[in-house]
Amino acid sequence: MIDRAQPLGVLTALLLIVLAAAAPALAQPPATNVEDPRLYDVASQLRCVVCQNLSVADSPSEMAQQMRAIVRDRLAAGETPEQVIQYFVDKYGEWILLAPRRHGFNWLVWVAPFAALALGLLLFAIVVRRWTRRRRAHVAATVAPAIDPAMRERIRRELELEEGDR
Amino acid sequence: MKRRSLHWLIPFAALPVLALLAYGFRVNHRDIPSPLVNRPAGTFALTSYSGEAMRLEAYRGRVVVVNFWASWCMPACYEEAPVLERNWRAYREKGVMVLGVDIQDKPEAARKFIDQFSLTFPNALDPSGKVSVDYGVYGVPETFFIDARGNIRAKHVGAVTDDVFRREVDRLLAERG
Amino acid sequence: MIPEIGYGMVIVAFLLAGYGAVAAGVGGRTGRTALVESAQHAALGVFALVTCALLLLAYAFLTFDFSLRYVAMNTNLATPYYYRLTAVWGALEGSIVLWAWMVALYTLIIVLRHRHNAREFYPWVLTVMLSVLAFFLLVMAVPAPPFERITPAPMNGRGLNPLLEDSGMITHPVALYLGFTGLTVPFAFAIAALATGRVGDRWITLTRRWAITAWYFLSLGLLIGGWWSYHVLGWGGYWAWDPVENAAFMPWLTATAFLHSVMIQERRRMLKLWNIGLVILTFSLTLFGTFLTRSGVIASVHAFTQGSIGMFFLAFLSIVVLTSLGLLAWRWEALSAEGELDSVVSRESAFLLNNVLLVAATFTVFFGTVFPLLSEAVRGVKVSVGAPFFNQVNIPVFLGLIFLMGVGPLIAWRRASRDNLRRNFVWPVIIGAASAGLFFGLGVRSTIAIISLALTVFVAVTIAVDYLRALRARRRMGEALLPAMGGLLVRHNRRYGGFVIHLGILVIAVGVTGSQAWSLHREATLQRGESVELAGYKFQFDNLSSREAGNHFLVESTFKVTNGKAGTRELRPAKKFYPQEQSPIAHVDYHLGLVDDLYLVLGDFARDGSQATVKVQVNRMVSWIWIGGFILTLGAILAILPERGERRKTA
Repeated sequence: MIDRAQPLGVLTALLLIVLAAAAPALAQPPATNVEDPRLYDVASQLRCVVCQNLSVADSPSEMAQQMRAIVRDRLAAGETPEQVIQYFVDKYGEWILLAPRRHGFNWLVWVAPFAALALGLLLFAIVVRRWTRRRRAHVAATVAPAIDPAMRERIRRELELEEGDR
Repeated sequence: MKRRSLHWLIPFAALPVLALLAYGFRVNHRDIPSPLVNRPAGTFALTSYSGEAMRLEAYRGRVVVVNFWASWCMPACYEEAPVLERNWRAYREKGVMVLGVDIQDKPEAARKFIDQFSLTFPNALDPSGKVSVDYGVYGVPETFFIDARGNIRAKHVGAVTDDVFRREVDRLLAERG
Repeated sequence: MIPEIGYGMVIVAFLLAGYGAVAAGVGGRTGRTALVESAQHAALGVFALVTCALLLLAYAFLTFDFSLRYVAMNTNLATPYYYRLTAVWGALEGSIVLWAWMVALYTLIIVLRHRHNAREFYPWVLTVMLSVLAFFLLVMAVPAPPFERITPAPMNGRGLNPLLEDSGMITHPVALYLGFTGLTVPFAFAIAALATGRVGDRWITLTRRWAITAWYFLSLGLLIGGWWSYHVLGWGGYWAWDPVENAAFMPWLTATAFLHSVMIQERRRMLKLWNIGLVILTFSLTLFGTFLTRSGVIASVHAFTQGSIGMFFLAFLSIVVLTSLGLLAWRWEALSAEGELDSVVSRESAFLLNNVLLVAATFTVFFGTVFPLLSEAVRGVKVSVGAPFFNQVNIPVFLGLIFLMGVGPLIAWRRASRDNLRRNFVWPVIIGAASAGLFFGLGVRSTIAIISLALTVFVAVTIAVDYLRALRARRRMGEALLPAMGGLLVRHNRRYGGFVIHLGILVIAVGVTGSQAWSLHREATLQRGESVELAGYKFQFDNLSSREAGNHFLVESTFKVTNGKAGTRELRPAKKFYPQEQSPIAHVDYHLGLVDDLYLVLGDFARDGSQATVKVQVNRMVSWIWIGGFILTLGAILAILPERGERRKTA
């Protein structure tokens, strides 16, 4: 009975883990094709300094336009995307990056969401296990009425069909 | 039985978050510490509004004050322009240079600004924004105080006052010896 | 005159609300109905006064009364009358008035609806609503007075923020605030439940429609906000994970969790503690949202101003959180009766998992939003947390939620037998998996997009399976097709309302997926007559002109857009120069399509009109987001309808 649930539970957990593992793939900006994808890649990681929370790639402001031009020139001059980004960090500080660099204290913000999710799933598993065990104990403790087992099985199935239709 | 006392702690769980939010009142979002302090100042070569070349290296050996402004920056740039001009006139013979860099502006509006305050120190347009990015400028006005060896020693965000100007420049002049 | 009258009304209303809150509380505690009635009258009085205050403010705007500082700051003589009206709530002080008015309105509705059918809760509900009102009136009296006089009264006002001169700004705050304030009501009932000790289903049954309505308005507000961002701000996006956007999103997430977990409590009498906790969390998050918007504690494009108002909000938030959690701790025994589950493969399980995911997402958004503050407090280093972070960490959770949307409604309560699983899920899983292959074959290469779309197909098929099966059963009993289709919806309006809402969410999900994965853009500087191509469209720069336009100076460019087959279209992106603004406002021009949105933003231009820089975007599938919003609306209406059939409750 409960064993049938095991595979499904495992499957769900696996699905979530796979999805969580896919997350780093999202470290690339959305696949918005542009004539200059490297420019967009770098610019979307930089924060537009005169707007709030828009990236240099998205912002229509003049400052962002100038910053995009600088990124374009540096990439054309042969710098790697990481070097261009480092240039901006050297000038503005870490604050210029739209997502915190993964080092030291900043790891907290990257790990916390997954830790919270893992904790939630763990609690879910614990609670479900405890509540199903109680249910079983509860049912076992009640005196079973004298119904023919085949009849009981049929009643159970009918009830499920009806409940499942709601 | 012992478990009953634990859940009275629940309300206190909220306190750290509330404390963090209260801390937020002390934070000034415009005041971002610059990583450029004590680093060499970026070189630039611009053409001033009066037609001459304006290069930072030309003033090595002097204390240089680089001020980023714009004609559309009200009211702060309008407040500090007379301060800069006044102190420029007072310090120019003592080995101090004041340079103005105009960003994201139109030349006519800039010239009107310069005339309005009769600015006599060189001002140049930064047409591509390269210089402002090189100095990590995120708003106007911002002022950088550069020592005689060419290192940025202080950055002031917002309108410069007489106090700030004199304090920083006197300090750097004293170092120069 | 007006400033003094308005200010007077605010003070009186504040005193009335304060009195009413105390009277209702004492009346509830001691059972003296006379006090409760008195509080009720106070509530009516407060509503009348706040309405008058709102109307007075509107009047001041319509008649250009610049003796009010608020009017002088937010309009000028050139502002058209409809924007003058909406300017009432366009800035800080007025937004508080609107918020207070809505809470007062809801209080009035509570008085009319619930004073008989919720007698045991009524006094406490009144106490909570009037306390909230009292707070907002206090804010209107002290830190953010809308009726403050300015001397001398200027000849002309400053003018409305040009970004607010848009239909989105007329409706967005109204919808959003209706949602926020609506969430006060379930909270009030929850507190009433805690105060009276009646922590069973009653308070949930009474607030079901309130919860759905508030949730709907919050959804609507978020969608309109996205629409406004999309067609006004000029970056072609609809969501930037700005701290204030996040602050509105978080209560939406927990409210969604609440909508689902109450169904478990209704059915199985479990999760009482969890539900009360969720509602407290939701209301606290709405307060946190208004705190963020108005305190400047976290930098945001939405932030109104700084000042002492932030401290008022933080103090109130603290009181609310600590008091409600205290009440929760007090009633712990009654609440923490443990539940029982027949099987982990059940609807209860699916709903629990849904809650886990939603609360985890809420925590993620919250932590990311406050992390810059935390980093500064701990390390002294300022960092930014923006879209790249939120997109990355949230997408897995949202995909999980879409999956659950398909599983939850169909899986059986208590224990899903193998039979139940087979009947309900075989086809959706097969078709969903097949669609993944189809999308890959069609050229979709982004893994996330394929997963997202396949899951959407899966869920859509589950909805179809359920509806068709029920339809077939009715037809077999002799009913004609159309009456059967309609009859199903009406008879089980809660269930099918939920389905339609899910359908709306699916459509939105498709829109989000498509726009993230397939949109294209490029920037070009063109001479007059030159063109740039993108995604099969050709954009030709034809003309640049300028003129005075009411309260601003307009520079308008003309672009001819062709795509080979479907004829020509003209788009006119422009720049508006407002005297009171430091930099020009870009006026985007766009053409919406079912699949392709054409979107142009004018950048730099030469004075003589010979040259212009333009950013061209072909945004894909964005319209699906708005269409999904309409479907959501239909579903919400269906879900709120009075129930026909078996159980008629006076809810």
